[in-house]
Amino acid sequence: MSLAAPAKAVPAPRPPAVRRLWRALSPYAYVAPFFSLFAAFGLFPLVYTAYVSLHRVELQDPGTMEWRGLGNYTALLGDEFFWTALRNTFTIGLLSTVPQLVMALGLAHLLNHRLRGRTFLRTAMLLPYATSVAAATLVFAQLFGRDFGLVNYALGLAGVGPVDWQSDTLASQIAVSTIVVWRWTGYNALIYLAGMQSIPSELYEAAEMDGASRLRQFFHVTLPGLRPTILFTVVVSTIGATQLFGEPLLFEGSMSGGISHQYQTLGLYLYEQGWGFFHLGRAAAIAWVMFLLILVLVGANALVARRRSRKEAGR
Amino acid sequence: MPTTRAAARAVLRLGAVALAGSLLAACGSGTSGTASDGAGGKVTLTVDLFGSFGYKEAGLYAEYEKLHPNVTIKQSDTQDEADYWKSLQTRLAGGGGLADVQGIEVGRIASVTQQQAERFEDLRKYGADSLKDRFAEAKWAAAAGKNGEVLALGTDVGPEALCYRTDLFAEAGLPTDRAELAKRWSTWDGYLDLGRQYKAKAPGKSAWIDSVGSLYSIMIGQEKERYYDASGALIWETNPPLKAAWNASVEASRDGLSAKLDQWSPQWNQAFAAGSFATIPCPAWMLGYIKGQAGETGKGKWDVAPLPGGAGNWGGAYLAVPRAAKHKKEAYELVTWLTAPEQQAKVFTAQGNFPSATAAIAEVAGTTDPYFNGAPIGKIFGDAAKAAPVQVLGVHDQNISQQITNALSEVERKGLAPDKAWENAKKGVANTLG
Repeated sequence: MSLAAPAKAVPAPRPPAVRRLWRALSPYAYVAPFFSLFAAFGLFPLVYTAYVSLHRVELQDPGTMEWRGLGNYTALLGDEFFWTALRNTFTIGLLSTVPQLVMALGLAHLLNHRLRGRTFLRTAMLLPYATSVAAATLVFAQLFGRDFGLVNYALGLAGVGPVDWQSDTLASQIAVSTIVVWRWTGYNALIYLAGMQSIPSELYEAAEMDGASRLRQFFHVTLPGLRPTILFTVVVSTIGATQLFGEPLLFEGSMSGGISHQYQTLGLYLYEQGWGFFHLGRAAAIAWVMFLLILVLVGANALVARRRSRKEAGR
Repeated sequence: MPTTRAAARAVLRLGAVALAGSLLAACGSGTSGTASDGAGGKVTLTVDLFGSFGYKEAGLYAEYEKLHPNVTIKQSDTQDEADYWKSLQTRLAGGGGLADVQGIEVGRIASVTQQQAERFEDLRKYGADSLKDRFAEAKWAAAAGKNGEVLALGTDVGPEALCYRTDLFAEAGLPTDRAELAKRWSTWDGYLDLGRQYKAKAPGKSAWIDSVGSLYSIMIGQEKERYYDASGALIWETNPPLKAAWNASVEASRDGLSAKLDQWSPQWNQAFAAGSFATIPCPAWMLGYIKGQAGETGKGKWDVAPLPGGAGNWGGAYLAVPRAAKHKKEAYELVTWLTAPEQQAKVFTAQGNFPSATAAIAEVAGTTDPYFNGAPIGKIFGDAAKAAPVQVLGVHDQNISQQITNALSEVERKGLAPDKAWENAKKGVANTLG
């Protein structure tokens, strides 16, 4: 951008010193809007949340803050509901991320072939992603109804007894994960598809000449070529799974994530503490734990990826 | 590929325009809200409620607007009281976005009087003192602040009865006459016995009661002290009547009398029309709810009988004016009008919400309801309202009862051992109050 600036016709040529200064500062001016917004709506809340998390604060009287030090954090360590939420976040994360990414990979592979109506299919895949969480969840909640739900009706036809998709731990987690999978599979498939199209076709031709089958091509050309893309989707899905909130909240409309907290995620537990019980300090502590958790997970992802690529390079 | 790049740029630009547009729109709606008021003496009063207060249904807003041509009333409504309360708390803490009139559930009124009296108008300022004689004494006292402030005016109370499906009773070979039933289920044991008889010959897959959580709630409504004693100490863990209600609920679950439908869940709503249960504990405000969910096809199939084990109260509400309201005086006038005996009586006739104004209770004594087989609802609920104990209200009543009914759901839906569920309830309450 700074290169283009002098090319423009300027009515009165500015003195060189001003121009030099402008050239040095203008990039900062251009990025300033983003960073000032980020400071106001990203950085400040982050830091203030950390400050709040060291106090006892109740929503009904947010002006009064009582210093607790790390009390909120140590309380979390002994809080059974926190560990349940952490475990649920992890299992729901696995139940939703793994099938979602595997299915996305398969779909992308299919869509990468010459198909009739390819553009239509690609657009259609993005539709769930464009649907609002609330609308999708409400529909799925109906489908997974215990007494009058379509899923149990279909299972009944197959001779499988009605499943209580709300109160059973595994069943409810599968139901919640299904909503996530439905919404995000198409999105990831399109990202994979873009990645696949950047793999040079010579590689496939060479592989074909060496007599590699379609399947071997997928495993030995496509997958290695997609590694950075896969890493990206894994990171994004991990963050999404750690923050999962709307789906479990609206599934039964309960903040506690079911009668036994069986599908209460960390995000939902944060909400229950803050806006159900009005303990803002504890909610802030949970928020920070979540933040640190995400940093650790993303860091672990990056570490694994770097070690893999170093191994590749050394081969 | 220049064309795709151009297209991409066009898309970006479109996006930017759309974003700018929506931001502008957001600003616009923000300013228009304040600008519309005050012009030419016109006042728009906002009323924010939960569940169903029945004002719109009874045509009261239209009537008030006709009486006061300069006033327009806008009502917003949240179905679930728990959602309503947390949104109200957030707005009270922030001091913005509050309506001129806010509804308060009776289970929360102690929180208003003890924790946030300074956030609501003291209605004595507008002369509310003179209204004291209108209301049942307990209703008035519960909304009084520490220094005698009048923080809210009572709307309805929730005298308890039992609603039942005459058609299902007849199919199962049970009596359908409300007087005879009242005799058969004069105690809760009698009620559960009848339930076991019903289960033996139950039509279809229907159960005796909707959920054991509602059985617990209606039984605890018969007690004077529930979660707190009169001194404000937390007693629920060792309160014998509470344990008795818990035990009866566990027994109903063990004997398979419940349809296992958590109250206020979508499944529960659907079950009204489907006929999944034969009886449902019925505070007066439940009548309107049944009509709404069961619809026209349910007309004449339902009936109302007095409650086993004596009278009780479950729920009821207040109307309050927040300090941060825009039109406090006009809001107060609307609240006094809506809570006046004549209007309370109209709401009862239309929706079933039972009046807390003494003159209205007398006025509706003869009311019958064709939807409920012509049941003398004025007399049944009037008697219950007179005999119901004056309850001790605590700050966390609602949260504690939520934890207990959750634990009961674990017993009936997951087959959790009652002792373990009781432990869960204790842990849940500790976490709530934490």
